Amino acid sequence: EAIKHCAPITPSALIKTKKQLKNLQHNQSTLETPLTRKETEKIQREVAFEKTSKEVSRWQSVVLQNQKAEQLVFPLNQEPSGPKRIEHVVAGWKAQTPLEQEIFSLLRMNKQPLHDPVLTPTEEASLRAMSLEEAKIRRAELQKTRVLQSYYEAKAKRGKKIKSKKYHRVQKKVMRKEYLKQFDEMVKTDPAAALEELKKMELSRMKERMSLKHQNSGKWAKSKAIMAKYDDGARKAMQKQLEVNKDLTQKLVIPADEDEEDEEESAETLPDFVNDVEPILDQVNPWMRGKLSTEPMMEESNRLDPPVWPREVGKPGEGQDEQEEDEEQMEETEEESLLRGFEERRKLRQTEDYNSFSIQTPDGKKAEILEISDYDEEAVEISDDDEEAGLSNFTSLFHGLVNHMEPPADQPKAGPGLRQGESPALLEEGLVRVRTLEDVELLSQDISTSDTALLTTQILGTEETDTQSATQQADKKRKKMIDPNEVLTKEAKVIEMPLAPTAVEDVEDKEEQRVIIKEAFAGDDVVSDFLKDKRKQEEAGRPKVIDLTLPGWGEWGGLGLQPSRSKRKRFRVKVAPPPPRQDQKLPNIIIAEKRDSSIAAHQVCQLPFPFEKPIQFERTIRSPVGRTWNTQNAVQKITAPKVVTQLGAIIEPIAREDLIKDNRQAVTGPSINLESDQGPQKKRRSQQKKQHKRKKN
Amino acid sequence: MVSPKIFGNVLSGRCKRNQQTHFRQIRADIALNIRNPDDYVRETKLDIQRVPRNYDPSLHPFEVPREYTRALNATKLERVFAKPFLASLDGHRDGVNCMAKHPKSLSTMLSGSCDGELKVWNLTKRECVRTLQAHEGFVRGMVVRFCGTSFFTVGDDKTIKQWKMETPGYGEEEEPLNTILGKSVFTSIDHHQKEGVFVTCGQQVDIWDEQRSSPIRSFSWGVDSFSCVRFNPVETELLASCASDRSIVLYDMREATPLKKVIMNMRSNTLCWNPMEAYNFTCSNEDYNLYTYDMRYLDKPFTVHMDHVSAVLDVDYSPTGKEFVSASFDKTIRIFPKDSGHSREVYHTKRMQHVISIKWSSDNKYILSASDEMNIRLWKANAAEKLGLLAPREKAAVNYSQKLKEKFQHHPQIRRISHHRHLPKSIYSQTKELRVMKEARRRKERNVRKHSKPGSMPVVTEKEKHVVTVVK
Repeated sequence: EAIKHCAPITPSALIKTKKQLKNLQHNQSTLETPLTRKETEKIQREVAFEKTSKEVSRWQSVVLQNQKAEQLVFPLNQEPSGPKRIEHVVAGWKAQTPLEQEIFSLLRMNKQPLHDPVLTPTEEASLRAMSLEEAKIRRAELQKTRVLQSYYEAKAKRGKKIKSKKYHRVQKKVMRKEYLKQFDEMVKTDPAAALEELKKMELSRMKERMSLKHQNSGKWAKSKAIMAKYDDGARKAMQKQLEVNKDLTQKLVIPADEDEEDEEESAETLPDFVNDVEPILDQVNPWMRGKLSTEPMMEESNRLDPPVWPREVGKPGEGQDEQEEDEEQMEETEEESLLRGFEERRKLRQTEDYNSFSIQTPDGKKAEILEISDYDEEAVEISDDDEEAGLSNFTSLFHGLVNHMEPPADQPKAGPGLRQGESPALLEEGLVRVRTLEDVELLSQDISTSDTALLTTQILGTEETDTQSATQQADKKRKKMIDPNEVLTKEAKVIEMPLAPTAVEDVEDKEEQRVIIKEAFAGDDVVSDFLKDKRKQEEAGRPKVIDLTLPGWGEWGGLGLQPSRSKRKRFRVKVAPPPPRQDQKLPNIIIAEKRDSSIAAHQVCQLPFPFEKPIQFERTIRSPVGRTWNTQNAVQKITAPKVVTQLGAIIEPIAREDLIKDNRQAVTGPSINLESDQGPQKKRRSQQKKQHKRKKN
Repeated sequence: MVSPKIFGNVLSGRCKRNQQTHFRQIRADIALNIRNPDDYVRETKLDIQRVPRNYDPSLHPFEVPREYTRALNATKLERVFAKPFLASLDGHRDGVNCMAKHPKSLSTMLSGSCDGELKVWNLTKRECVRTLQAHEGFVRGMVVRFCGTSFFTVGDDKTIKQWKMETPGYGEEEEPLNTILGKSVFTSIDHHQKEGVFVTCGQQVDIWDEQRSSPIRSFSWGVDSFSCVRFNPVETELLASCASDRSIVLYDMREATPLKKVIMNMRSNTLCWNPMEAYNFTCSNEDYNLYTYDMRYLDKPFTVHMDHVSAVLDVDYSPTGKEFVSASFDKTIRIFPKDSGHSREVYHTKRMQHVISIKWSSDNKYILSASDEMNIRLWKANAAEKLGLLAPREKAAVNYSQKLKEKFQHHPQIRRISHHRHLPKSIYSQTKELRVMKEARRRKERNVRKHSKPGSMPVVTEKEKHVVTVVK
């Protein structure tokens, strides 16, 4: 009947149902057995865990915020302290005096709130719509955006007014780079849009091609063509442009087209780079000039992408446009960066070729050892001035090396106490019970004695290692300039230490390096530099005579009058000579004796954990905290404790409402900083003060 | 010359009407560089005296050495004033097995002992205000309802009892409000933060409605007994429990099944949720360590807290969530920063035996420890802190010295002094022994690694070592 009601049975429908029935009869596969209870429970558990962990993760931002907070004030949700309104304090208060009654009748007439709701309904509604804090944040945000917008507009206007072609070219280049970056990202994220962009690029390439640039038909190209007969550089530049032309006329396959355009532009600039010639200052020692000579440069340039042309080769060309000059400057910065990279690499190599290391003794005393024997033959007499310059150069390099070496030497020192994945113990637990201030002081002396003990053993150890004879030392004193061959005999014991690999390099590179380094240090007298340096340090360590004479005391004083000799003699203080230097008998070693063991007990010997560079740590120590050096407000701000709790207040666990509030804050802006936290309190205090005054009056 | 102060007095002393003329007269008489009195005269006598100060750094040289000396002195004084022990509450006639904080009153505290006796203490007076025989056998656990009007206890006699917080009046009998008879012994109890729901554990984890005498939900996951169950104070529907099969199990009250469990090398005794970070909890383990977990990533704890030399029996977070305190079988209490691997403080007394239960007071100032030898001890959370109200200048001085200590904390002398703690000989030697054992184990592992095929002995970090599996 139901079927009849629904629709009249047509023969086709009948056939359909018949077919379905048949199918059902044929289909003999059973239903799948339900999962076992264990498995279903497992699935349920996993789903539930996912859900709860997601729910709990909402707290992440709040937790992080609290961790980073400069100051946390507990309990978290405090009611504002300070004077409350009378309506809040007194519950059943009524207007009694006629004046009060009059006032209240007035209020009632104006529909002002009387008792509990201090605000009018409209005010309340507006408050509910947006709290004061939120409003402040919002306003600040709006202000910021407005200001930013105005800045941006002003900047754009200024930029538009600039006539410099170079500026616009640089700007264009930057834009292009950014665009490329975006494109790369787009390829990853949104391939369809990237394809569109690609088409656009193709179009721009076509336009470029049609513009008949790079055809060697321009003014510049014509001038070059004249030069090309005589000048190698010009020829090369022309070839370069032809290559670019070829690239452009080819159909593009990969999206790296923009890049090539960049290169084309730089190629255009190359010839004038070739054009100018730099006067060669010192043919003998190219290293001293701070620039490199041709050979290594060429090698480098082969390796690196943007070709840099040797300066000496080029001759001043005729087609020098102003615009080209501009571009040349840009090129130079590139070249400088290249040079810098090269210099760094050279420094690294030096560590190997010179076999120089610094030994970090456990007590921190640094022994700088340099083996110079390789370069004995090359020692050349150079004029004093040159030597001086070389010396400074050398020392700076050497310090750089030492700095390079130090971190690996430090690490094992920190090692023994620490285990992997463990932090050092916070407490030093012992059997000594500290009761009085004297005990505490003994504690601190404890380490200083242990430190000095270490030091003495250290000194003994170094004395053992020295094997040099004293006769050579005597020679050294007499002569001002010493032939290094006399002092540095081959027998000099070289302390060998496993050297931490400073850089990973290929085997093939090594040959090249040697060549480069030999070349680089060709005119360098390393040995005499070293000796000079050592002598300087000795000089610096020698005590100086202190002159305490004051003119005019006991005799006439005035312009051009010298205190008498007897007086000068009397007030001249001679300081006792320091103990002999540790490297006195070691000609090829400089042991720095800057470290003072008496101060060392108070000094930090290794960089504490969160700091990465000594400078950072030193900076934290250098800035004073106290009232003597800072204004009161600054001191208050600096010394504000991280956690503030209120006396006798119960601190409840953080509540869900906080989460919602904090999230809203996180969306709208950062948490309120200390200043603004203190602000209202101060205000309140001043108000109280004023009230006080009024009462007095 | 007339000093400015006298000048000021002259000004204020004269009557007002001829002030101007007088002013001019003085000016004529004496060539002074006249300053504005507002700069150095206070408005009322309640104001602070204005002291002009020149902050030119060249006038105040040696800032670092001077501050270093101040820091050193501050550290020394801190050690001298570090007297954390405040009071001992005695009165129990057997070892104290559990304690409970009052959620609404700082001065009230409850303790239950091994003979079934329960005492309510007034901490400010340091005296017992009420004693009642709650159970036969141990009082295993207790918890105060969130409103503070009643509390629940569980004991060895298989019962859950609800008691009024108020002391019964004269002539009234000490009787529980409610008694629920269970099938097995309950070992721990905890109450929901806001609703009338509590949870017990024993052979399974049961969730009870206060109005019903049978659990509204029970969780069991192939484990025979649980030692501790705790509600999450922040995400109030979450629970965690420690089971005797060395596992920690997580639950959601709204779900039908447990969520996840992690099995560790040894059994965890108790756990405590961080009250400020919803997903972090710390468990005290039998293997002398404490482990802080993020409940979302149970496969390894994110911090391992070591220093105890015996099983850790209890742990409680400070209400600020920055630190926690642990009680151990080795007769010491240690305070750990929540993300540090080692303790910042260790408390012990000659007479304190195995510490069974520990609580951090909810104003973040005190620590309460209950131990085997029937006493409850009250400690300061910061050993050298001055108790009571501080004058603003005192507060400023404390803040300054705190900042200095923090600034120079890496300097060896200050470090040595501030980190020095006295330990009883037994614990000291045990620490040493443990260190030697650990070193030996490490050396052996290293040697084995050295002589085996590279890659066949992967390096297992300390954090990974203690977790066996995570069961989904």
